[in-house]
Amino acid sequence: MNGVKEKKKAGRATEVFKISFAAKSVNESFARSVVSAFASRLDPTVSELADLKTAVSEAVTNCIVHAYRDSRGKAEILLKGSVYADGRVVVEVKDHGCGIADVERAMQPLFTTDPAGERSGMGFTVMGAFCDGVKVRSRPGKGTTVVLTKRFGDCGA
Amino acid sequence: MNITNSLQGGVLTVSLCGELDHHGAAEVRKSIDAAIDRESPKKLRLRLAEVQFCDSSGLGLIMGRYRKARSAGAEITVCDPSAAVEKIMRLAGLDKLIKIERSTEK
Repeated sequence: MNGVKEKKKAGRATEVFKISFAAKSVNESFARSVVSAFASRLDPTVSELADLKTAVSEAVTNCIVHAYRDSRGKAEILLKGSVYADGRVVVEVKDHGCGIADVERAMQPLFTTDPAGERSGMGFTVMGAFCDGVKVRSRPGKGTTVVLTKRFGDCGA
Repeated sequence: MNITNSLQGGVLTVSLCGELDHHGAAEVRKSIDAAIDRESPKKLRLRLAEVQFCDSSGLGLIMGRYRKARSAGAEITVCDPSAAVEKIMRLAGLDKLIKIERSTEK
């Protein structure tokens, strides 16, 4: 029995949460706090947790600043978190906004569609630097999903 | 975000306390720009020791104040950045553009 239990598949999340909230800037800190509280169960260092919070903040801010900028309908952000037995946390930030036509271009450092708003164009660069993986799925008019992976306790990487 | 200004010998020191994200950035921007316009300082010192969180919106704010100060003829420095601020400034290479001061060397 124990032998079977110990063979934990790295592919199966041990804990999952899902929430949705309005795409309002006041919820940026809310999203960070939720992810921080959730990821804390993996006992990350202060610096690891700060990195994850920053990356989540970038993804959520993108939804608020860009995804719903022309939308008059319901502007909602879906946030999903999963932790794995191997010390990984995966955070998914999803919107139903305008989507990104050229994802590769959007991910270039300093690229921004809103220079007047004092956007630094560093959002995706920060996500990439502060996480171990960043995946973006998007289609114009169909929304965007950003998947952030952070591995805790990984001193070498 | 808590914003405190002090002016001494033409040096405008703006101390920020709180989390510097997109939500808080607009208010900070307005406040600092108004102080620059009002005081016409020789130097703007952003004291960021008590900024516990800073993302790329904070970076945009710092870059924007760099431009604003320069166009007003003022020098700009960042004083005692917290770990969060310093990490993101270095990532973006802003530490090469804006001088970082330490007040702890007493």
